[in-house]
Amino acid sequence: MAKKVALLQGNDACAQGAVYAGCTFFGGYPITPSTEVAEVLSGELPKVGGKFIQMEDEIAAMASVIGASLTGAKALTATSGPGVSLKQELIGYACIAETPCVIINVMRGGPSTGMPTGPGQSDVMQAKWGTHGDHAAIALVPASCQEIYEETIRAFNLAEKYRMPVQVLYDEIVGHMRERVEFAEPGELEVIDREAPSVSPEEYKPYDDTKGQIPPLASYGSGYKFHVTGLNKAADGFPTTKAELVDAEERRQIDKVDDNVADIEKFETYMTEDAEVIIWAYGSTSRSARYAVNDLRKEGIKAGLFRPITLWPFPEKQTAELAKQAKAIIVPELNLGQMVIEVERVAKGDCKVAAIGRVDGEPINPGQIAGKVKEVL
Amino acid sequence: MAYDYDSSIRPGKLPHIWCPGCGHGIVMKGLIRAMDTCELDRKNTAIVSGIGCASRLPGYLDACTLHTAHGRAAAFATGVKMAKPEMDVIVCGGDGDGTAIGGNHFIHACRRNINMTYVLMNNFIYGMTGGQFSPCTPTGDKASTTPYGNPDPIFDISKLAIGAGASFVARTTAFHATQIDKLIAEGIKHKGMAVIEILDDCPTTYGRRNKFRSVVEMMERLKDMAVPVAAAAKLPAEKLEGKILTGILHQEDKPEYTAQYAEVIKKAQGA
Amino acid sequence: MAERYEIRFSGAGGQGLITAGIILAEAATIIEGKHAVQSQSYGPEARGGASKSEVIISDGPIDYPKATVVDACLAMTQEAADKYANGIKEGGLLLLDEDFVQRTPEGNFKVLRLPIMRLAKEDIGREIVANVVALGAMIALTDAVSREAGEKAVLAKVPEAFKELNQKAFSLGFDKGKEAMN
Repeated sequence: MAKKVALLQGNDACAQGAVYAGCTFFGGYPITPSTEVAEVLSGELPKVGGKFIQMEDEIAAMASVIGASLTGAKALTATSGPGVSLKQELIGYACIAETPCVIINVMRGGPSTGMPTGPGQSDVMQAKWGTHGDHAAIALVPASCQEIYEETIRAFNLAEKYRMPVQVLYDEIVGHMRERVEFAEPGELEVIDREAPSVSPEEYKPYDDTKGQIPPLASYGSGYKFHVTGLNKAADGFPTTKAELVDAEERRQIDKVDDNVADIEKFETYMTEDAEVIIWAYGSTSRSARYAVNDLRKEGIKAGLFRPITLWPFPEKQTAELAKQAKAIIVPELNLGQMVIEVERVAKGDCKVAAIGRVDGEPINPGQIAGKVKEVL
Repeated sequence: MAYDYDSSIRPGKLPHIWCPGCGHGIVMKGLIRAMDTCELDRKNTAIVSGIGCASRLPGYLDACTLHTAHGRAAAFATGVKMAKPEMDVIVCGGDGDGTAIGGNHFIHACRRNINMTYVLMNNFIYGMTGGQFSPCTPTGDKASTTPYGNPDPIFDISKLAIGAGASFVARTTAFHATQIDKLIAEGIKHKGMAVIEILDDCPTTYGRRNKFRSVVEMMERLKDMAVPVAAAAKLPAEKLEGKILTGILHQEDKPEYTAQYAEVIKKAQGA
Repeated sequence: MAERYEIRFSGAGGQGLITAGIILAEAATIIEGKHAVQSQSYGPEARGGASKSEVIISDGPIDYPKATVVDACLAMTQEAADKYANGIKEGGLLLLDEDFVQRTPEGNFKVLRLPIMRLAKEDIGREIVANVVALGAMIALTDAVSREAGEKAVLAKVPEAFKELNQKAFSLGFDKGKEAMN
């Protein structure tokens, strides 16, 4: 049987991916350019017995998602810059309370209201450092409608597996453009559900790491009574200020990502084998970069593309290797220099690193990238 | 025979953090009696709170307890209730948490008339942070941030809840201990958003600054303020000056949110 | 790298030009199995203002999703013509609504005019299908997709009660487009 295909907007593909992943709860608030995710799910979720709720504000949307997740639901919210800023405190709550959930950020220009209908990539550092306190972060940056569909599914898988919030960041260009999307058949793509406790309710401790870095999470209403708090806590879930317990908890929550980078990382390389110049680009900008690589190769310039699909944790190993191989790394992004700071940190001076920044609401076009490559070489 | 509170309290979690003379413990015992009256299965009962002294209450109770962020309890609770409507959901918190930073969530939970019971302990002050004025600190009173007296007018929480659409609203005080469990139990039984406002005392950060010499004096004030709704109906307006009405202030039957959403699911599934 | 064919539809918000772009992209990708990307830009106005919708069609994967050199452009209003009738390649095509665009944008491309709104209003009886008339004409003028694929995509998009109306609109646009070429 032929696969179901459709011409879908990126935001629509995201919603379809969420349904495939088993999402049964969406809590949101309208904001351009992410609203179509909510609109599609308001129709799709009740069809599968799921729940859609439009909350009174962005903070409430995030709160409802965490509440729903604690009952065992795979829960999603979708927003854009101003909304992500408002959600930050509760993203931190989801981190410390180790509650799986997925946050879609369809990036627009900023700061503040900025340019609601214009694309941006200026929330990429916020995805890592937005909420206060030390915490791990996973952020995925798909670059096409098909990839949004698949990465939304992977975001749920990672959230469930690592018991934490996962952000999917794509810019307005990919969010609003339409491309052919092939729907996966049931069972075709991996769908991960959180690990349920193997101990009795009496023995259950929601943060007990004696059997592994990621303690199983029970669901409210499944026979397990337990406490969840945003305070630093001991294995039993109750607040503690004991230095050694607080320290161990914070470190474990960061280590669970750092120790599993190989499982979380995802990237694509294009013509990097012999490349003298690497264009390090993500999201819609990577599409301009690929176009530029093709043009440059025609002119005999050995250019290649490195495209992170997992942006956080940062692809340190791959970036460091490319810095040793290439004469230069060019980082085009729709901001005034964010990921380039990480690339510079990891390159450690092994090659030139140059940025292309753009914040005028227009995409970085292939010509701009090719021009920069020639300037740097 | 003494009432069995112990089986509702998590072993090893007492003593609580509340100051001597604080009314929150009275409210907690009232809540336990109410849950017992309604025979709530604690495995299917979520007790959700925000931040503040009153919000520490769920941690002592053996149930599915969720201590969230400041002001956000009603929004977290909405997520829990929507995702699992078969659970009983109770929200606990204070006046600052519920009506200042959480005011928006509070009124919208009332508007949706979602089936949960919000036990709001109004002690007229932000206690945990050391006594700053809240939206419920009486005008003219002293707080750590109103050294010249509070210039702000107050919220009448019960009226706010009624105006926002809650279908069950009741009020009592920490002095009226036996009424607390009755009203909370009525609220739990009610299908829809139930708000039970309990006027409470904070001797440490409010009483001390406002010339209350003892907890007893604060409790007496609560006792004197309260006029049952039925009695108030027979009193002339001047007699009600400075008083607050207690008992069930509002009750109506109207569509409950999760039931409404169940209809949405039926429509979406073409039933 | 496969050849890209780039088409831009522009006009006033609410004229259905984004839909016209979507239908063209569906014809190309779902019906004809090619690669296509449709994108748009618009202001804060839901109605009025100027809006554009771009479709890139290629036999291979499409990297850069926005227009580079436009092969064919449609402008339904003067504002759209002023704002969006640019970047058209030498020897490319610009189709204008002959009643609504008075000043012709300058450039080294072929300019054609059709009374698109008038055709929709007078010949079909509904202004609302002007976008489908325009789509028919653009397909006739560009051969971006086949007539059959275009028509099939239009019919797949509209409710049963409006199929006949839209079929008429598409055919009229297509025929007028063919006539205009001669």
